[in-house]
Amino acid sequence: MGEAIKNRYEFVILFDVENGNPNGDPDAGNLPRIDPESGYGIVTDVCLKRKIRNYVETVKEDSEGYKIYIKEDVPLNRSDNTAYEYLKTNEKDIKELKKKDPDVDRKIRDFMCENFYDIRTFGAVMTTFVKAALNCGQVRGPVQLGFARSIDPIISQEVTITRVAITTEKDAENKSTEMGRKNIVPYALYRAEGYISANLARKVTGFSEEDLELLWESIINMFEIDHSAARGKMAVRELIVFKHSKELGDCPAYKLFDAVEVKKNEDVIYPRQYKDYSVAIHEELVPDSVEISRKI
Amino acid sequence: MSHGVKVRVWGELALFSRPEMKVERCSYDVMTPSAARGILEAIYWHPGMRWEVDKIYVRKPIRFTSVRRNEVKSKVLASNVLTVMNGGEKPLYISSKDEIVQRAAILLREVEYVIEAHFEMTERAAAGDNPGKFKDIIMRRLRKGECYHMPYFGCREFPANFALFDEDEIDTAYPGEVKDLGYMLYDFDYSNPDDIQPMFFRAKLENGVLDVRDCEVVR
Repeated sequence: MGEAIKNRYEFVILFDVENGNPNGDPDAGNLPRIDPESGYGIVTDVCLKRKIRNYVETVKEDSEGYKIYIKEDVPLNRSDNTAYEYLKTNEKDIKELKKKDPDVDRKIRDFMCENFYDIRTFGAVMTTFVKAALNCGQVRGPVQLGFARSIDPIISQEVTITRVAITTEKDAENKSTEMGRKNIVPYALYRAEGYISANLARKVTGFSEEDLELLWESIINMFEIDHSAARGKMAVRELIVFKHSKELGDCPAYKLFDAVEVKKNEDVIYPRQYKDYSVAIHEELVPDSVEISRKI
Repeated sequence: MSHGVKVRVWGELALFSRPEMKVERCSYDVMTPSAARGILEAIYWHPGMRWEVDKIYVRKPIRFTSVRRNEVKSKVLASNVLTVMNGGEKPLYISSKDEIVQRAAILLREVEYVIEAHFEMTERAAAGDNPGKFKDIIMRRLRKGECYHMPYFGCREFPANFALFDEDEIDTAYPGEVKDLGYMLYDFDYSNPDDIQPMFFRAKLENGVLDVRDCEVVR
């Protein structure tokens, strides 16, 4: 694995959805998430992180160093006892082990970071042996994402659908179709903002240049492998990356984000396609030492 | 107070979890002193210094919103990792399908604060360290927007923008009002690493300012 990254980064992702539900709200019967006061659509940070994990898992197929810790759809079977059995040890001996090897916490942390891409990138919370003093604590990953918000207020539309297959025998006697509901956003463009700390990469997780390339690739393609009936048409339209010249950065993050202006074109009332928006990067607001790149 | 700084921090969302409601998380009305310390430490920290928060100015009205998310309920088990490290066969992952729970969080929205704080030197400072040096580093980082990692309001998904605040007058959203916020978390006492204790204080927002200098701390 390569060396840890040496520059701070900030990035802006623009992605859109057409006739789909980008992120359902469990509080609102799976309607697209919406800010109740302003009507802007929301996609949570964890929703996007899930897609990035899925992409990496698909591409790397759990190869060495690119495992994914938080997976979908796998059975889980674990308990402390089996670990104790394997080690032929018990709580008392763990304390002994800790005395013999005071570095064991750090070793465990490093082992996880080396093997798992998502821990190296986003971090993880690690626990102790239940009662013993082993503690490898919390790993903060270098990559930090905020909630994504739509550029304009969104409207979600309820689509009622029917199906001819009936679930239960009893229902089949009385009716020949069942009604279902889908909630879609006709069109929306969302903007997400992220941060990458080179310090955390260097001092904690070892997030490298190759990992960074993989991150960009997975952001660009995160919806390409995530098609489903609910999502409709989703695509990442822009990935704008700001590369600072230093580990600590050259200027405040908000100045860089302010330099990216996304707005609806003037003659458009109801945006229904990406062309209805224009994206401008005001380079004069960005210090010369910050390198801007549009990855798509 | 010569080592004092004023930092303006603002953001769209914030979540300063109340410890009594941490499963379905609910935010305090205002930023806790420990969260303010965390923000300052994200910008600059050194073993030779310790941040002390003096005042927190609340500059936007307190408003709430809620978000429910699918979250995993388990953590990485150190015991499992150790087994695998030693060559054992163990599944090392969390299945989000089995380990998922839906949790709501009550968040603050549209927040803006000014943190007034100073730092004290500690005995871990190296021979060449002095308050002037630290102060210069801090001021440079605040002016240029440099940080160790992006500070955040309680949780990492709620980033905190920051800038040096250099005006004398600090206006707040609650001039002429006194709000009793009840007991709030002050910070944790880390003096005994095996037994970290929370400390609380009686928070009173006077004219929109939370003054935590010389406040009485209860454990």
